Amino acid sequence: MSNDAVLEQLRRCLPASSLITGEHAVRPFETDGLTAIRERPWAVALPDDVEQVRAVLRICRQNDVPVVTRGAGTGLSGGARPLRNGLLLAMTKMNRIKEVDLDACTATVEPGVTNLSISQAVRQHNLYYAPDPSSQIACSIGGNVAENSGGVHCLKYGLTVHNVLGLRIETFEGDELVLGSKCLEQAGLDWLAVMIGSEGMLGVVTEVTVKLLPLPEAKRVLLASFRAVQDAGDAVGAIIAAGIVPAGLEMMDSPAIRAAEDFAAAGYPRDAAAILLCELDGTEEEVEADARRMQAVLAAHRADVRVASDEAERERLWKGRKSAFPAMGRIAPDYYCMDGTIPRRALAEVLGAIAAFASEYQLRVANVFHAGDGNLHPLILYDANQPGELHRAEELGRRILGLCVQVGGTVTGEHGVGVEKLDPMCEQFTAAELAQFHRLKAALDPAGLMNPGKAIPTLAHCAELGGMHVHGGRLPHPELERL
Amino acid sequence: MHDGAEALRILVAQCRREARSIGIVGHDSKGFLDDAAGDVRLDTASHAGIVDYRPEELVVTARAGTPLAELTQALAERGQLLPFDPPRYGHAGTLGGAIASGLSGPARPWRGSVRDAVLGVEIVNGLGERLRFGGSVMKNVAGYDVSRLMVGARGRLGVILSASVRVAPRPPAEATLRLSCTAARASELCRRWARLPLPITATCWVDDVLHVRLSGSKAGIVSAQASMQLHETGDAAVWAQVRDHDHPFFAGDAPLTRLSLPRGNRFAAADVLLEWGGCQAWLRRAAHEAGAAQDGFATAFRGRRAQHEPLDGTAKYARRVQQAFDPEGVFNPGLAT
Repeated sequence: MSNDAVLEQLRRCLPASSLITGEHAVRPFETDGLTAIRERPWAVALPDDVEQVRAVLRICRQNDVPVVTRGAGTGLSGGARPLRNGLLLAMTKMNRIKEVDLDACTATVEPGVTNLSISQAVRQHNLYYAPDPSSQIACSIGGNVAENSGGVHCLKYGLTVHNVLGLRIETFEGDELVLGSKCLEQAGLDWLAVMIGSEGMLGVVTEVTVKLLPLPEAKRVLLASFRAVQDAGDAVGAIIAAGIVPAGLEMMDSPAIRAAEDFAAAGYPRDAAAILLCELDGTEEEVEADARRMQAVLAAHRADVRVASDEAERERLWKGRKSAFPAMGRIAPDYYCMDGTIPRRALAEVLGAIAAFASEYQLRVANVFHAGDGNLHPLILYDANQPGELHRAEELGRRILGLCVQVGGTVTGEHGVGVEKLDPMCEQFTAAELAQFHRLKAALDPAGLMNPGKAIPTLAHCAELGGMHVHGGRLPHPELERL
Repeated sequence: MHDGAEALRILVAQCRREARSIGIVGHDSKGFLDDAAGDVRLDTASHAGIVDYRPEELVVTARAGTPLAELTQALAERGQLLPFDPPRYGHAGTLGGAIASGLSGPARPWRGSVRDAVLGVEIVNGLGERLRFGGSVMKNVAGYDVSRLMVGARGRLGVILSASVRVAPRPPAEATLRLSCTAARASELCRRWARLPLPITATCWVDDVLHVRLSGSKAGIVSAQASMQLHETGDAAVWAQVRDHDHPFFAGDAPLTRLSLPRGNRFAAADVLLEWGGCQAWLRRAAHEAGAAQDGFATAFRGRRAQHEPLDGTAKYARRVQQAFDPEGVFNPGLAT
């Protein structure tokens, strides 16, 4: 069937305003939060309800049109990058909160609802939804499900996978899967774990039931400043070893501290080598007891500690952290945000190595990250207008991710693989493991038309790459034929 | 402490070649749940021991055959615990069995389930390949979450060789309180408490008594106890008894059914054992007599072979997922649906 005929079919099942075509009109959808990679989709569908989703998928199935599902487009790994020959299924119009169940402490919502609006809707009942990615004001819960998003509080409260109780999924074959429920346990396989973090490769999320938590009675924020990065790194491990599980434990290094302070006047010490922002929450008594223990641990690691005296100061301290990214925009024309996780014990070592790499590539790197769970976000500063700088930034990024794998970590802690991290996936997984991923994908999407080419590299891709990156004379994937 | 991983892989590869099926067994403490029979018995006890334990990382990595008793002892020595506190029926059980069965203990609604704690696994799939998924770090979204898919899959997707699980600090103080009340009253109290930030880590109502465990700082427990109006001290031994089915409620030959209930439900009956803040009930009658009360689901636990597999829209996909990991159906054929 011709493209025009397929469009005609789509037009018949969608309102006029919900189908966007034409080079110019689809342009706002050409990228997600990874703006360096762009592609204009063939067409964009914005369904209002699940019936329209089903109809769109049916037409795509009948005509072999690949489908890329998109939430708010805030993803940082290009997971929602469109395909030139594909339909972009944008879920933003499905943004209703369908039910808040105060007995069950759950909210059932459509996928386009923003993360923050769930917490806002239940605030009056002293409840909230725990995962809080930095983009929470804009990112959608459907996108959070696709990426298994985290945030600054996941050490204590977990990721999306720990906070979603139920999903409704449309498969490419046209089945509706009702997964999980308001019960704590699932019957049969753990379908929620399969779907959450699957980057839109296995099905389309049409409904999400999330767990709501009671707002903590008390919160306290401590700012610890260190004269040596090593001390800050060690303090993180010592806090955890002391049996404290902070609600948030964020670290910033000197370049990040200065940029954030210039931008937000948060009251950070400009001469510190590193700071830790520690948040404790719970009952008054728990917070009091933990704060006392935490101060002792920090002091033992030569930190100067300041405790936020009121709500205003607490917010100011967090504002510095939360504006670290925009603050970078003021000191460099471009930055590239990395996302690897390492074991906490390797923090100081890896930060030292990143600094050494940075000087080797003649680039600046600022570190601002979730220290509590070892999730690094090195920000590589560069200027795309300087010839070669983007390339050097990407090379530096690859070195950093390679190091994360070497010390026992992972190439993505919370941003996903998307199209950005296909190469480092080849370093982290063997050919047999990648093949297993592909078979799992085929079990849910035999046609291979849901977000094709994302998240899991093909074996051929890795073989080709293996020719370029040789470590210690050992080829990755020696079992594969070279191209 | 023994590394039998390669021997297990070779066994799987050999059975596959010879078209013989495999029944995977650890301590066989949950044999009453599942028929893991196959042509060949694969015993994970040959692959045991803690591989890596770093308290400051809140992670322990251990081989599948590691006894839960050994694992929890090692954690206790460093002031930590397994948050999912899996049952040890007959005082036995291995880490691999805990993950494959996916059963969690009394703290499950507050400290999380087995799958919540699993960070990474090494498995042998049905093709006889050793594969690693996830890792030992808290946050990891590289590839599909195969580690958590192994939880509760009852060995049908592969032999778990080892796993990295998140551990939690042991609370500085703990108290078990009791309150004499009806099931309906217990259910109502649990619903009310769920809306409040309280340091609850277990509840159990049985024989007209509600047992509640509070964990945290001493001051926090005292204050919570006052606001919850719990004045009578209980016996902390009840938690292990309920977890391991050593409590008199579980004695005898009458059928045992597990009822999973939605959060905030109003289920109450005089002859049940109700735990998990009201989200899990145990009944001494057959599953088909329990009904799908209150939008929950019933599972036969003892007394007859369990019917775990939901016959809904997921069945077709579940079969395909099983084939994706074990194309020739080598593992646990007794469980095939």
